[in-house]
Amino acid sequence: MSLIESTAAQLHRQLTSGNVTSVEVTQSFLDHIQQHDEHYSAFISLNVEAALAQAEDIDRRRASGKPVGALGGLPVAVKDVICTKGQTTTCGSKMLRDFVPPYDATVVCKLKQADGVLLGKTNMDEFAMGSSTENSAFGVTHNPWDRTCVPGGSSGGAAACVAARMAPLSVGTDTGGSIRQPAAFCGVTGMKPTYGRVSRFGLVAFASSLDQIGPIAQTAEDAALLLQALAGHDPNDSTSSSKPVPDFLRAINQPLVGLKIGVIREHFGEGLDDEVAAAVREAVHTYQALGATVSDISLPHNQYAIATYYVIAPSEASSNLARYDGVHYGFRANEAEILETLKQERDTATATNQEATGKELDSELIRMYQRTRSEGFGSEVQRRIMLGVYALSEGYASKYYLKALKVRRLIRQDFDKAFEKVDLIVGPTSPTPAYPIGDKIADPLSMYLGDLYTVSANLAGIAGISIPCGFSKTGLPIGLQLQAPAFEEERLLQAAHMFQQQTDWHTKRPSLKN
Amino acid sequence: MSLSRKEIEKVSHLARLQLSDPELDAMTAQLANVVEYMETLSGLNTDDVEPLAHASDISNVLADDILKPSLSREEALANAPKRDAECYRVPAVLGD
Amino acid sequence: MTHDAFQTIIGLEVHVQLQTQTKLFCRCSTAFGAPPNTQTCPVCIGMPGALPVMNGKAYQLALRTAVALHCEIPRFTKWDRKQYYYPDLPKGYQISQFDLPMSQNGHLAISDPSGVFEPKKVGIIRAHLEDDAGKSMHDEAASKADSRIDLNRTGTPLLEIVSEPDMRSAAEARAYLSELKLLLMYLDVSDCNMQEGSLRVDANINLHLETSHGKVATPIVEVKNMNSFRAVERALSYEAGRQFELWEERHIQLGGPGGHKTTRGWDDEVQVTRPQREKEESSDYRYFPDPDLVPVITETDHVEEVRRNLDELPAAIRKRLESKYKITSYDTDVIVNQGRDFVDFYVTVAESCGDGKRASNWLQQDVLRTLKEAELSIEEFPVSADSLGDLLNRVSAGDLDNSRAKDVFSRMFNEQESVEEAMSALGIVKVDTSALESLCRELVTANPKVVADVQEGKSQAIGALIGQARKQNSNANPAEVKRICLKIIASL
Repeated sequence: MSLIESTAAQLHRQLTSGNVTSVEVTQSFLDHIQQHDEHYSAFISLNVEAALAQAEDIDRRRASGKPVGALGGLPVAVKDVICTKGQTTTCGSKMLRDFVPPYDATVVCKLKQADGVLLGKTNMDEFAMGSSTENSAFGVTHNPWDRTCVPGGSSGGAAACVAARMAPLSVGTDTGGSIRQPAAFCGVTGMKPTYGRVSRFGLVAFASSLDQIGPIAQTAEDAALLLQALAGHDPNDSTSSSKPVPDFLRAINQPLVGLKIGVIREHFGEGLDDEVAAAVREAVHTYQALGATVSDISLPHNQYAIATYYVIAPSEASSNLARYDGVHYGFRANEAEILETLKQERDTATATNQEATGKELDSELIRMYQRTRSEGFGSEVQRRIMLGVYALSEGYASKYYLKALKVRRLIRQDFDKAFEKVDLIVGPTSPTPAYPIGDKIADPLSMYLGDLYTVSANLAGIAGISIPCGFSKTGLPIGLQLQAPAFEEERLLQAAHMFQQQTDWHTKRPSLKN
Repeated sequence: MSLSRKEIEKVSHLARLQLSDPELDAMTAQLANVVEYMETLSGLNTDDVEPLAHASDISNVLADDILKPSLSREEALANAPKRDAECYRVPAVLGD
Repeated sequence: MTHDAFQTIIGLEVHVQLQTQTKLFCRCSTAFGAPPNTQTCPVCIGMPGALPVMNGKAYQLALRTAVALHCEIPRFTKWDRKQYYYPDLPKGYQISQFDLPMSQNGHLAISDPSGVFEPKKVGIIRAHLEDDAGKSMHDEAASKADSRIDLNRTGTPLLEIVSEPDMRSAAEARAYLSELKLLLMYLDVSDCNMQEGSLRVDANINLHLETSHGKVATPIVEVKNMNSFRAVERALSYEAGRQFELWEERHIQLGGPGGHKTTRGWDDEVQVTRPQREKEESSDYRYFPDPDLVPVITETDHVEEVRRNLDELPAAIRKRLESKYKITSYDTDVIVNQGRDFVDFYVTVAESCGDGKRASNWLQQDVLRTLKEAELSIEEFPVSADSLGDLLNRVSAGDLDNSRAKDVFSRMFNEQESVEEAMSALGIVKVDTSALESLCRELVTANPKVVADVQEGKSQAIGALIGQARKQNSNANPAEVKRICLKIIASL
């Protein structure tokens, strides 16, 4: 098997045994990216020289018998919403096109310490807002299974690069499904860990109470390897948990005995694609065959999850994105043009004697803010900011924002109750397989409704994983979502691994366009 | 209840976004659609429910008051769209 | 300013920078006066991805202050984002506290020893912890339409202390500020340096008037830009007068047409308040809980522990000094206002000489004057409290008169001598009683005119004898000379 076709675990064994060097591995992935990525746009930027230098250093250390980190020289792609010192971190936005962070995110430090080789930064929906990676200032990412389809989002580049074998491991972020849904669309394994399991320090915030960094890989075993490197307490993130991190790789090979699985009745309702439904039912049978007991459960408030999510996430986003105002970093609109426009408006106002009516024109500073933000942000980001400002504004905050926080508690309580009965909740990751590029871009609400099965895990702060469980007739992957209580990533990985021992959906690879 | 164009204008100002007339129209239509969907929340009785702002139950994360190195001025100002040798520069702040 | 025609209603909002090494949400230095933009990091610049972690010391200082202000400390508190755009606010929001502040419902007692107003308790609505903004400087030199932004101050911990509108005059407002500042100094939570912006004051003021239609109120004005307590007092007096004149002229009422709250700035040079440009949409800050921070839970036990560990505070010290050393409230005020070290110095002197009043007079006159002239603080004062007590003890015992004692004190300070050394250097020895008596007899015999005057009732004539006695023996105690001479004259 060629290097790029291998799983991360296989590569890791080869690296450790000295059969192959990190430089060779890194170079073959870089070659593969350079050969194919112009057709997929999975990456926004590559780290060619730095990656090879890092790989060389790891090889040197290994050769001289010095310690090598847990990732042992495996290449890792990082979503471009995670800060990398000295390397642009764009968030898929014109606003941060030239932003070079003066610091590394905690997960980037951890990856470096674990000797993961940073290949480059992956494409994404601008500021992680979107479910299709169509909202990127750096072009649409294409689904490796069908170039005319979206890869899902917002971690579209992160999932597509694993599916296309441009990286064995990839770090994504998930605010409402942004790891799990693209993993499903691209036929790879993607996990959203428990809120607080992985440090958010250096992750450019979309919705701080929902954002979580997680692994995307070919298999559950690979995801466990990467999660091990990412997870752990960080004193720089107040919301980071100090719970000890288990040994995921060791856990993964211990099969779950007496596993109780819950299937959410509400998930099999209106809007669910028949092929997806069938694949998910088949997956449930697989678990039954493995000895799991299956019961029907109800999450009665799940029907409110999308509405709740699309109040809370934009509210937080509207605040988190207030900092992009053209003052301290990032894009600033052309000041000469602003001055010229203002001058014209003033002249017109004087001519029509509008000043006498007391209508005051904005100051140049306010205009600078407005032009900068209108030109720097794409339309979906602007929509969400507007939605969030509205939901938090005077007279509406209690109706929308506060109300949503209350429903959020009800959604969490549903999960708490369900997990008293079952160990895992199983269902579809997304109502449909990947859809054609452009299909939903003009209808935001229909795009939002695609997050129906994923947002509630973020609202409740629990862990979830998406694994491949079949294909549509048109050859598009279908994802199975498993959800576990907070800090039960181990259980998720074990269950996913069990499934992947029995099935081969996760081994299927698309053939790429040259 | 639907969202009026006047409200959208007010919100765009609060958000420091300058939208053209066609943009305002499109935004009004799209957001009205979404906001209408949000209205489904109103049907749910939440009188006795405490808001949940955060899924984690962590509290009292307090750091020691011990200095750590700051960025150099060059590092701090490196990303500024407009600056001089010492400071960020912006169009005049009015008021004070 | 008091005025029969109206009552002035004043509430104060005080922002105090807490004395921490590092900022509220990052570990950059809070030191004042560093070159621009040299004390910042991704967190305080609000760079993408950076996250805040609260400074535990800042919370403890805020808690100590709130407890000293008799505030209730709720078990649960959280931080909220207050959102507005300003170039010196890099995150686009201030991290402050909205509906669940860390403390509320306290009070601060104020009084005026000279009796301008009656002692009263000023209510504290709340005291909450928040981060400071940076500084915008208009670049006038370059005569360009640019402002320059320095973010060194951004993120410095601030305690905002909001009073009830309980003050009824500019004098009360000043007394409140003085007492608050004193308390903060005693608590060692802030240096309260107004010049450096460690303590900032905004005032809300309006008038209540009796009219033929009943009680009315004038619109509330927020007064800003007051850079000293004196400026606060003058600005509020001015503003009360201005509002009264405006009322007479236009009869605009609070809440009526044109009666909304406005902001004015104090112009200290011209001594007037002027309208300020209002910060836009100030009414819609869109507060919501900061999801990057977690709540702080403060158990009652901890609050009690903080209360127990508070050092004695000004109000209690005043009470103790008054009752224990029998000095006036005016005197205790002067002493307590000098700070805790001065109080300790006073107590040692008073205990050592056994005369609180004498100790108080000496400290207020000689010690304070000397400190001021030499620009020293009491900790730097070379005369120890014990040796000053020793000196005053000798005055009490009659070994030394007051004016000689001042000479001794002078040497103790200038030459850093002990009482003994200073006295012997000045040739001061106690004159024994028989020598003094014989000296007095000689003087009485030699001055028949004085004797006659005294016998006619002009007792002040005795002063001439005292003067002569001191000429002959500089150690002669004037009071003793007077007493003995009068006794001799009476026996003639």
